[in-house]
Amino acid sequence: MRRFLPKTWWLRDLVFLIGFVAVLYGLWIALEYGALYWPALRYPSRILVLVGINITLAVSLNIINGHAGQFSLGHAGFMAVGAYTAAYLTTKYFAPFVNKLPDGSAQQFLWQSLFLLLSIGAAAITAAIAGYIVGLPSLRLRGDYLAIVTLGFGEIIRVVILNIEEIGAARGLTGIPGWSSFFWVYFFAGLTILISHRLVMSSVGRAFLAVREDQIAAEAMGVDTTRYKVKAFVIGSSLAGVAGALYGYFMMYLNPGMFTFVKSFEVVAMVVLGGLGSISGSVVSAVVLTFLPEGLRYVKDIYPNMRDPRMVIYSIMLIVLMLTRPQGIFGRRELWEILSRRKDSIPKDARDGGDADDKLDRDAGPPVT
Amino acid sequence: MANESVLHAKNVTIRFGGLTAVSDFNLEIQPRELVGLIGPNGAGKTTLFNMLTGVYKPTEGEILIGGTSTKELKPYHITGLGVARTFQNIRLFKELTVLDNVKIGGHIHYKYSGTSAVLHTNRFHDAEDEAEVEAMKLLDIFGLRRRAHDYATNLPYGDQRRLEIARALSARPKLLLLDEPAAGLNDSETRALMNTIHDIRDRFQIAILLIEHNMELVMGICERIVVLNFGKTIATGTPEQIRSNEAVVEAYLGEPAAEANL
Repeated sequence: MRRFLPKTWWLRDLVFLIGFVAVLYGLWIALEYGALYWPALRYPSRILVLVGINITLAVSLNIINGHAGQFSLGHAGFMAVGAYTAAYLTTKYFAPFVNKLPDGSAQQFLWQSLFLLLSIGAAAITAAIAGYIVGLPSLRLRGDYLAIVTLGFGEIIRVVILNIEEIGAARGLTGIPGWSSFFWVYFFAGLTILISHRLVMSSVGRAFLAVREDQIAAEAMGVDTTRYKVKAFVIGSSLAGVAGALYGYFMMYLNPGMFTFVKSFEVVAMVVLGGLGSISGSVVSAVVLTFLPEGLRYVKDIYPNMRDPRMVIYSIMLIVLMLTRPQGIFGRRELWEILSRRKDSIPKDARDGGDADDKLDRDAGPPVT
Repeated sequence: MANESVLHAKNVTIRFGGLTAVSDFNLEIQPRELVGLIGPNGAGKTTLFNMLTGVYKPTEGEILIGGTSTKELKPYHITGLGVARTFQNIRLFKELTVLDNVKIGGHIHYKYSGTSAVLHTNRFHDAEDEAEVEAMKLLDIFGLRRRAHDYATNLPYGDQRRLEIARALSARPKLLLLDEPAAGLNDSETRALMNTIHDIRDRFQIAILLIEHNMELVMGICERIVVLNFGKTIATGTPEQIRSNEAVVEAYLGEPAAEANL
């Protein structure tokens, strides 16, 4: 496989990008046509878009909470910054221009895509700036204190938005075009996963993990812990801004009430449930936790006389999951690591020999002299 | 002369409130020197290590590393000057693999931007290939290659100690600080460790300063020994000189008068 790929790094990535875009585009067209002939598909495909947004959110928070180990509870705030930036730019400048172009023309499609990318880029930048401003002072704190401070900052961002008349204040921002298609949402979800994965497999990611594991040891190894914490925070916030922008296009309306700490907790639940530090875990639990409450809507139809038990069942399932797997679905490992380890770990250890002794040693603690 | 020494501590004193943990400490370490730091519990040895690595700042005095003052420097800057350390109670990155632990040790040498990491540029590939090769070399030296992809927490105790040394060496230091490397090891493991420490000095041509309670190890390999008691340097000299030094014997065994009263 490797030998058919070009050697230059940007050419190789370009090949992957084109392949990825082609597959996504195909799926998107299939889904659109499917919904045309089979309208029942419309609702699940809308949920699918929401799943994509939540994947982006969960994976981005996982960089901060899982990889760098900095427990942040302000993710909704950065999401709001991105959402409002993109929505404001679009409603104010981009949408009027696109609307003037002939409907359904290629020209309109191209301009719309360009403006979408532009406003999402702007959303990423503003959210990153917000992340930097919040992260720099608060990342000096650890653990519970950091959680409380980020929670506070998340709320501050929301309240600030609530007081800006220009972007609708409490009335919310209306008239956002519905540009969040399956294609774009999964394009950015894929991009987020790629960024997160490549970071964690690099020296930057190793520094994140070192900070999570042991700050004092990390500093002794030459890792500037504050810098890497802020870096993780900025990258995570920036991607949350992207998710926020897509969320705005998806809802076609924004209101500060959408970005309360409840939203932050939803994302934290996804990350913790998937396993802190596991990218595939975040993806899987984002899928599960988005589909679950929607799927549970049908429970009401089975027992029409009961009150809607949807959220009760949802909460109970969350509790049961956390009780049975407190480390999350995948723990700190990735899906493929778990699969490959199961296969070869036992024979490999047996081949080396001496592992039985190691186990004994560890349980007994340091040998007594 | 001062520029030649790897480490030069001048009149270093640190106080925590009313307690003077280390007072007026002086030490100069030449390249490739093997120095031992001993003293009873609470003598201030680890505090001194923490000052040398920048975790604590001395209240008075100055520490020069390779001629550079560390007054304004953070611990991660000091690593860049060529000082690496191990910890008394092992501080490995437990949930990471053995290989990753060693790679993080060399962090200052394999740095590149997040953009390079995401785009997988040539810079990324070069640095990662180098990190992999160098880390594997170190693991070979410490006999840990076959455990390279195991999680550090799953290693037996002795291997964890060795991995910590490997991780510190990965930073390519000029001065290696070992904080009780033999703690919790049995006699045969300690003897093996003595040889390892000696080998490291010869192979990497670095200076080593080690804290140790195991007299056999300290007397066996150190060329010079510094003895601390209640934060004060009570003796400095070769192992023979230290063995026959009255103040040292007193610090470790108590005053002769007290013995006579028994």
